[in-house]
Amino acid sequence: MEALIELIQYIVQNLINALQRGSFYAVISIGYSMVYGVLMLFNFAHGDIFMVATYIGFGIATLFLALFAGFIPGPLIFLATIVITMFLASWIGVFVEVAGYRPLRSAPRASAAITGLMIGIIFETSILILLGAKRLSFPPLMESIAYNVGGVYFTNVKVMIIIISLLLMLALHTFIQKTKWGMAMRAMSYDFLAVPLMGVSINVIAPLTFAVGAGLAAVAGILYGQAYPILDPYMGVIIGWKAFVAAILGGRGSIKGAALAGYLLGFIEIFVATIFPSTLRDLIAYSIILLILTYRPRGFFGMEHSTKLRL
Amino acid sequence: MKKIACLVVVVFAFAMMFSTSAFSARKTIIRIGINAPMTGDIPKVGEGSKYAAMLWLEDIEKAGGLEVGGKKYEVDLVIEDNESKAESAVKANTKMITQDDVLAIIGPQSSKQAIPAGEVANKYKTVMISPWSTNPSTTLDRPYVFRGCFLDPFQGPVVANFITDEFGFSKAAVLYDVASDYPKGLAEVFKEAWEKKHGAGSIVAYQSFTTKDTDFSSQLTKIVKSGAEVLFTPQYYNEVPLIVRQAKDLGWKGPIVGSDSWGSAETVELCGESCYGLFFSTHYAAAGAKGATKEFIERYKANYGYVPDDVAALTWDALHLAQQAIQDAGKITGKIETDRTAVRNALAKIKNFAGITGNMTFTEEGDPIKCAVIVKINDKGEYEFYKSSCP
Repeated sequence: MEALIELIQYIVQNLINALQRGSFYAVISIGYSMVYGVLMLFNFAHGDIFMVATYIGFGIATLFLALFAGFIPGPLIFLATIVITMFLASWIGVFVEVAGYRPLRSAPRASAAITGLMIGIIFETSILILLGAKRLSFPPLMESIAYNVGGVYFTNVKVMIIIISLLLMLALHTFIQKTKWGMAMRAMSYDFLAVPLMGVSINVIAPLTFAVGAGLAAVAGILYGQAYPILDPYMGVIIGWKAFVAAILGGRGSIKGAALAGYLLGFIEIFVATIFPSTLRDLIAYSIILLILTYRPRGFFGMEHSTKLRL
Repeated sequence: MKKIACLVVVVFAFAMMFSTSAFSARKTIIRIGINAPMTGDIPKVGEGSKYAAMLWLEDIEKAGGLEVGGKKYEVDLVIEDNESKAESAVKANTKMITQDDVLAIIGPQSSKQAIPAGEVANKYKTVMISPWSTNPSTTLDRPYVFRGCFLDPFQGPVVANFITDEFGFSKAAVLYDVASDYPKGLAEVFKEAWEKKHGAGSIVAYQSFTTKDTDFSSQLTKIVKSGAEVLFTPQYYNEVPLIVRQAKDLGWKGPIVGSDSWGSAETVELCGESCYGLFFSTHYAAAGAKGATKEFIERYKANYGYVPDDVAALTWDALHLAQQAIQDAGKITGKIETDRTAVRNALAKIKNFAGITGNMTFTEEGDPIKCAVIVKINDKGEYEFYKSSCP
């Protein structure tokens, strides 16, 4: 009996761990999927947009804490940091689209596809030159309190990360399903040749998509800074790759799929490390994903028309 | 017109050839290479190496050059960035040896770079002293490669002994980076030493991750559940804060013990109060230092604004070892191959060298025999001397 309780504690503990990890993959992979939906291209700079957004969040958070800590309540500072960072980071997204992808819109797809890699490297090295290679420590925007409920440990930060991520995805879903702009994005992803003929310009929808993706990455960045408070210019590379895997696994262009696959990836990573020796974690985790893709080459929610074209 | 242009080029080419050879014949400059991670994963380590080297150069310049066999020579530092990558460290060594004609190389610091870079130095018969690399492979079967610190196999038992004596624990957990030579080597040695003391199965959790991972929750959950009393994690300063914080969030209550890779000045800066009260083994402790060590610390602090970490102190010692070897070699012939070998032979003969990180005598492998220090991170976030442990 006691062993059973312990096992349940253990599983619940790892579920919480996986939910936190999965939240990051989910929110970031949506950025990949949205851009794919509209441009039929993966924006390989997305991981580095996430990195730049985290640095912006770091700057804003440090500034706000220095200015307002003490006489403005903590949650308000937190909220203001998120909103302003989202706003600033969305311009990074717009910049990537306008400077990187727009000039290559009629270029061969391979050229457009590698632009993202170039921009990513430019971002990494710019931050490196601008701020030096020194690690930065993201300031805590809320005091971390650890709880122990029936042998399962979690902190208020963890809970907040999971809740904000879910709320964010819900908000995005509403935006895409209920607003005119969302409808335009959906239409563009359905047929990017015919829709511009109806008066919806790709030069408006594409930057908008990048901006929304970067805004999501900004929130992910701030939350990431709360969970793993060490910033370095290459922090976006690995998480970017993994989120990219999630985007493919979810089905190209499917936002719902990307979110679900992000969580799934978190679960696979955590539970593989739990069951097998941790040395084999990535080997087994990504073999499982390869296996899933072998049987579902289009991912979970990939549609025929979204895989027909290119790349 | 074409002919004239041709002639100009040829004349220039000749002039260049002669000018360099004439230049080197007139004046021999002693070049010392520094192979350090100025960027990449651990830039703070590179910074410490560079600053220590600059202080050393300042002394030499103040003395009007390095005196060898009654003649003063100008000394030049060649600092190459290895980006904390193995392949870049190899490239940096090759460049310094074949293009810059360095007499000796100090660095690379981490074993990950020092092991492959040492092979290059040994191949080209150039003395290389790695101040900080504790993995045995760095100097093994390489007569031209030396180090300024003790070895992993020494640090493992030291930490195991310390935990046993200090806390009386018998169940330990290990968390390490399987993709990096230093943590992996040290984790293995610690495991062996611990199991020798407390019997097979006394390492109740032996968990790993890969470089650049930031989430250790599943490994730490396993460790917490395993009933371990102490966690040993021989990681670098960019991972230690994450590990310590996540462990505490997951309900870990026991002590967390580290190795000399914790010794960077940035560990506490990034980790904050979570790291107060933890222990690690290292080469020197800044708080409570005396004599030449204290002098170095104060000078470094006055120049660069912070207390030097062990990398800076070890680099300082390595440079003085190189200096002594060059002086012991007796003369500079100007033929770089001959001089390099002479320096190597002189270095191998050094006995009881009084460094700021302790006295050193080289073994045949080029490893010094010296003592380790157990440091406690005190309530002010300083590295405080706690205990000394000699072989």
